[in-house]
Amino acid sequence: MDNLLSLITFLPGTAALILALFLRGEDAAAQRNARWLALVATSATFVLSLGLLAGFDPADTGFQFVEQADWIVGLQYRMGVDGISILFVMLTTFLMPLTILSCWTVETRVKDYMIAFLVLETLMLGVFCALDLVLFYLFFEAGLIPMFLIIGIWGGKDRIYASFKFFLYTFLGSVLMLVAMMAMYQAAGTTCIGGCETSLLTTDFAHDDLRIAGVTVTGGLQTLLWLAFFASFAVKMPMWPVHTWLPDAHVQAPTAGSVVLAAILLKLGGYGFLRFSLPMFPVASDLLAPLVFWLSAIAIVYTSLVALAQTDMKKLIAYSSVAHMGYVTMGIFTANQQGIDGAIFQMISHGFISGALFLCVGVIYDRMHTREIDAYGGLVSRMPAYALIFMFFTLANVGLPGTSGFVGEFLTLMGIFQVNTWVAVVATSGVILSAAYALWLYRRVAFGALVKEALMTIRDIDRRERAIFAPLVVMTLFLGIYPAAVTDIIGPSVANLIEDYREDVPLGTSVAALHE
Amino acid sequence: MTSADFATVLPELILAVFAMAALLGAVYTGKDEMTGVLTWSTAGIFVALALWIGLGTGADRIAFGGMFIDDSFARFAKVTILLSAAAVLLIGQDYMIRRDLGRFEYPVLVTLAVVGMMMMVSAGDLMALYMGLELQSLALYVVTALRRDNARSTEAGLKYFVLGALSSGLLLYGASLTYGYAGTTLFSGILSTVNDDVPLGLLFGLVFMLAGLAFKVSAAPFHMWTPDVYEGAPTPVTAFLATAPKVAAMALIARLAFDAFGGVPADWTQVLAALAIASMFWGAVAAIGQRDIKRLMAYSSIAHMGFALVGLAAGTAGGVQAMLIYMAIYVTMNIGTFAFILSMERNGKPVTEIASLNLFSKTDPLKAMAMLVLLFSLAGVPPMLGFFGKFYVLRAAVDADMAWLALAGAIASVIGAFYYLRIVFYMYFGREVDTLDTPMAPAQWLALVAVAAAMLLGIVNLFGIEPAAALAAQALVG
Repeated sequence: MDNLLSLITFLPGTAALILALFLRGEDAAAQRNARWLALVATSATFVLSLGLLAGFDPADTGFQFVEQADWIVGLQYRMGVDGISILFVMLTTFLMPLTILSCWTVETRVKDYMIAFLVLETLMLGVFCALDLVLFYLFFEAGLIPMFLIIGIWGGKDRIYASFKFFLYTFLGSVLMLVAMMAMYQAAGTTCIGGCETSLLTTDFAHDDLRIAGVTVTGGLQTLLWLAFFASFAVKMPMWPVHTWLPDAHVQAPTAGSVVLAAILLKLGGYGFLRFSLPMFPVASDLLAPLVFWLSAIAIVYTSLVALAQTDMKKLIAYSSVAHMGYVTMGIFTANQQGIDGAIFQMISHGFISGALFLCVGVIYDRMHTREIDAYGGLVSRMPAYALIFMFFTLANVGLPGTSGFVGEFLTLMGIFQVNTWVAVVATSGVILSAAYALWLYRRVAFGALVKEALMTIRDIDRRERAIFAPLVVMTLFLGIYPAAVTDIIGPSVANLIEDYREDVPLGTSVAALHE
Repeated sequence: MTSADFATVLPELILAVFAMAALLGAVYTGKDEMTGVLTWSTAGIFVALALWIGLGTGADRIAFGGMFIDDSFARFAKVTILLSAAAVLLIGQDYMIRRDLGRFEYPVLVTLAVVGMMMMVSAGDLMALYMGLELQSLALYVVTALRRDNARSTEAGLKYFVLGALSSGLLLYGASLTYGYAGTTLFSGILSTVNDDVPLGLLFGLVFMLAGLAFKVSAAPFHMWTPDVYEGAPTPVTAFLATAPKVAAMALIARLAFDAFGGVPADWTQVLAALAIASMFWGAVAAIGQRDIKRLMAYSSIAHMGFALVGLAAGTAGGVQAMLIYMAIYVTMNIGTFAFILSMERNGKPVTEIASLNLFSKTDPLKAMAMLVLLFSLAGVPPMLGFFGKFYVLRAAVDADMAWLALAGAIASVIGAFYYLRIVFYMYFGREVDTLDTPMAPAQWLALVAVAAAMLLGIVNLFGIEPAAALAAQALVG
């Protein structure tokens, strides 16, 4: 099929349109129809994306399934996937039906809720598939709107503050990126990301030192562009110290919103680093990599410590997400095979694990309507199945060998060890800290005596909830035992990326040497 | 003067004659009973003229010894002005009649204002510029005070008149200085005597004229009148003030800058850039505390004019094209938004507090959704068309090596996003209050929904206005 990618990308959006235009009323039947249509649409998208995976040739490091059409402003509508992006597409299509299933019990404004998620899926898929700079920005930014509404309408008590903070933080980051994009267009004369005659990936952006207002900017244009992109992706990621919107957004978002936020939206930043910062501005990346390393190391240790002090389960997991994203940024800028493989692996794996953990919180929140850790205790005696699943994902989050969490952490740490030993030492301590907060959380929630009156009648997970968790358990174990399933697909593209990178920044030279 | 000259200004002539005939006809027949017929026929004639001008293939023509220029640039602006004026007349009609404001003078005055605007965008001479501008302004002062038994409305009209007269004075002073130093009032001749350095007097003239025109587009720091006038004027008039006159004044600035002072861009780009930055930031910051949606729209228009000025400040053909596209998108968004504001009422009384929109999304999901699209579009969030407007002007600035201006615009747009989000917040996340009435006049409903749909569908090809704007910019900049 020639336009499989467009079909996958816009199928959920089309379903949303149908819901918006043709579904009337707020009665039970309308709600049921909305849920089922959303589930069918997201499942169909997943099935179609399997076709994508089947037809994908990992050995080809170029873009595949490319579609192209003329668009306004001399821009192109260009879609395509390579080894780096295809797994993010798969992650998104895989998680969305589960997300829809998880909000089966939402009863306020079901139709709007489903529309928001379907639109969000289209936009996220668009980000991963877009091969034109402006098209990418369009999808990237537009994702803010449904997420803003999801947090604001269906969120918790302080949802207004959280939704505004989320929107304005990320919007500020993105508009800086927009200005950088225009400067790139001016410099390269194209907005095509890759695979065209002249594309941004093959453009050598100027990196001679610039003097601006009396200050010398080492790395020149590349550094400025890199910083503008960094402003956007670091907020999306989120990296310390611009991570503070995430815990607020997570705590206030409904369960499904948290799942999408943690599992997919956070990956947009990492994907951006891999698609833009590293390959397009290699000199600046090399120059500023130490900054990223130390910010990541601080994030890993600091947010892990903060996680220890949390009394709200969702906040704890949110901080743990920030820490895990620290490994990702660290891995990406090592610019070696283990580091980048590990970073991508960590993102995919974190998608399953953090999504599952937020679902775990959602399960007990649905029953008790509180996320306070102190309100629970001894759940294992009333909810054995739940306790088992929660245990599994807690350990996966810690990075137990045999689960996918281990592979990502191990590879990124191996990557960073070759580049900067001290950062590796600091970051490794995060592994211990993550075990501390995760296991302590588990002990307080699941173990101990079941003494709280309110918990005496709590039900174990039902069939629907089991159906949601089962695929996540399978994927986490599968990737933990057979990580090659991922690395075989991403490997050649990553190797190609590193090769191009090393042409601009040969191994063993510092940027200072390049400038002499 | 030949018949060719008159043939060139035929659309303006037709409109002027129509206005006078309508005035006389209505006075001698049914007076206010004729309002409905007049409104519809005025809108009809606007649309017909827009089609005629827009679809006509005419080559560039110059009439009256260079005083009147009919080129692609003028035609683009005229079509935008005519269509937006027609739309504003139609969405306001129901409001006017139900509030006892259905006076037959209103469509006539609007017609005269439109004639003035069409003169402005075609001006090739300082006198023609001033004539057009005053014809437009005088008509606008009167319609602002249309509700003459209402203190707010008369206050607004008077304020607008006094400050407008001041700005016209500035403009005239600048024009006379320019004439004194250049020895001609023709745009094409102003720089012809200048060899190397522009004489100081000519520069003073330019700056005074730009200040006078900045008042008309309500660019900061000449924006003081805007919030009060927007709030006090009857809402349909506010809608009109926010759309067509802005296009005309912006086009006039472009005319003056490129036709008269095109040879010395360095002398005016910095002035326009300063105006642009001040407007973008002041419009964004001052809107945050507003509780009245009409005042908010006033600050919103100040900020939007700042962005349009960014395009002009670039001083390139690309910049002019960006400005034209921006203005076309801006008026479209405003027509939709004002259609919504016109329909805001509770128990039959119009309300303009933003807080009254609390949980409007539950009362009327479709209208709320359309308004949501418009608000995000106004804020410049992709994928709405409003983003492409901003994209064009910012790119023009970057291409002209003014990345700092683009950066300032980008930051201002984040601050600006906040107050649009606040309206979304009331509509979607608010508390239950007395709900607004849901019925809406068909013309308003159509305008709201059609504009919202256009904001989403327009991203496919901008409805083909891009090549037209490019042609227009080419005609102006050459």
